[in-house]
Amino acid sequence: MSEYKTIKEREEEIIEEFSLFDQWEEKYEYIIDLGKKLEPLDEQFKVGENIIKGCQSTVWLTSEFRNGKVFYKADSDALIVKGLVSMLIKVLSGHEPDQILEAKLGFIKDIGMMTHLAQTRSNGLLSMVKQIKNYALAYKSVDAA
Amino acid sequence: MKMETTTIAPTFDVNVIRKSFPVLEREVKNKLLVYLDNAATSQKPQGVIDALNYYYSNYNANIHRGIHTLAEEATAAYEATRNTVKDFINAKFSEEIIFTRGTTEGINLVAYTWGRKNIHEGDEIIISTMEHHSNIVPWQILCEEKKAVLKIIPINDEGELLMDSYKNLLSPKTKLVSIVHVSNSLGTVNPVKEIINDAHEVGALVLVDGAQSTVHLDIDVQQMDCDFFAFSGHKVYGPTGVGALYGKKEILEEMPVFMGGGEMIKEVTFEKTTYNNLPYKYEAGTPNIADTIALKVALDFVTELGKDIIRNHENDLLKYATGQMKLIEGLRIIGTAKNKVSLVSFVIKNIHPQDIGVLLDNQGIAVRTGHHCTEPLMNRFGIPGTVRASFAMYNTKEEVDRLVEGIKKSIKMLS
Repeated sequence: MSEYKTIKEREEEIIEEFSLFDQWEEKYEYIIDLGKKLEPLDEQFKVGENIIKGCQSTVWLTSEFRNGKVFYKADSDALIVKGLVSMLIKVLSGHEPDQILEAKLGFIKDIGMMTHLAQTRSNGLLSMVKQIKNYALAYKSVDAA
Repeated sequence: MKMETTTIAPTFDVNVIRKSFPVLEREVKNKLLVYLDNAATSQKPQGVIDALNYYYSNYNANIHRGIHTLAEEATAAYEATRNTVKDFINAKFSEEIIFTRGTTEGINLVAYTWGRKNIHEGDEIIISTMEHHSNIVPWQILCEEKKAVLKIIPINDEGELLMDSYKNLLSPKTKLVSIVHVSNSLGTVNPVKEIINDAHEVGALVLVDGAQSTVHLDIDVQQMDCDFFAFSGHKVYGPTGVGALYGKKEILEEMPVFMGGGEMIKEVTFEKTTYNNLPYKYEAGTPNIADTIALKVALDFVTELGKDIIRNHENDLLKYATGQMKLIEGLRIIGTAKNKVSLVSFVIKNIHPQDIGVLLDNQGIAVRTGHHCTEPLMNRFGIPGTVRASFAMYNTKEEVDRLVEGIKKSIKMLS
């Protein structure tokens, strides 16, 4: 197990990595690489209820609640989207629901990926973030009950 | 005696044309924009932009009822566009032209008025596999409400209608055929004349969705003999938010009204309202005056250049792009009809269209990716979507080269 890092610390790590890239190609190659390396989601999870369906590509997102922390897994049929969701998981997975809900995720802007945040009809990061936070909220209320 | 005439073909200089479209000078991601999303919307020439500005700066007024100079000028300009549209699609009467927000509204207008009145239980409406959602959903709503049946013309692997199947679908139960003239996803030009003739033989009316055809083809609604024809101004170099629905006068006169409000009435009392004449009967409320006025400039621009020479240029681009793209390994063109307009839809083996779109955008190249609002068509081909590059009068071979290089680079990055 790697050592625990806060959401903020993980965001900063990504910002630092991106600061090494001068060209857009390098940024996207990094994201594409993340997408390729993302552990494929078991087929049993690729079902309707886990789909964040956009106009263009499909994202599957599932979560697990262990020891008060939320763990996410995801997949997509589009590689760049997969890389983006992988990055989100890297930052947000393994934290307590409250921490996830409070995350501002400023790194998305800092690494120049805001365009993906605003895509309304495709699978924008926004809908993924929303779904990630929805899970956190659900676990939080279960936990409190 | 017929006089021998020699005509000198006007020269088509794409570099001169490009100067009329200011947006083409902009940079995207530090590269000169290559705009290949023309089937979604075309860019606007300076004249259109100026007309909008001039209207608001000089004679903005509400039309038809005003007594003052500005209202008269605005009304004259607005009605001048109606006349231009009439000529552009060769309608017989200007009152056969109803201004709408675009093709979608035109189709819905017919569904909600003519459809509500004339479609009954057990009646059949025929559309095709390659329809835009705008020419599917209004009919689904209508069929559900009236317990009517929607029938679908199948296509072959090239993306052409199976005309024999169409003929078999036709019967006395057929009340309407609503067909896309040119497919927005495939580029296929459908044989509308034949479709219309066959439909009329069984007594059905025909609506032609001209969203994609109006900018490329010569439109002659009288020769076509369609009963309705709908198109959008913004795909013909005009502003967004204005389009037209053509309908044969005798049909429009019999149709019930669409929306109630100002302009569409003759007399209103609380007991009864009588309706205005064509075309105002279908134009309730203050219309989109500015954009309608500017639409004239766009249509004149196209007419003055000549659709035939524009088409020659676009066909050259299509031929060149098709040839170059076929050389890309793993690329498959979706839509290879013999008769098609200047757009190329494609998929690349093992790569999602969206990934190509994102990487092309980073190279300053605007294309469309996805299902193009034709999900049933994508299902027919068993694909989630395509990448679509669509060409307009201002595109160049150099831009095709940049597209091809851009695709190659994207594939390399994604492999």
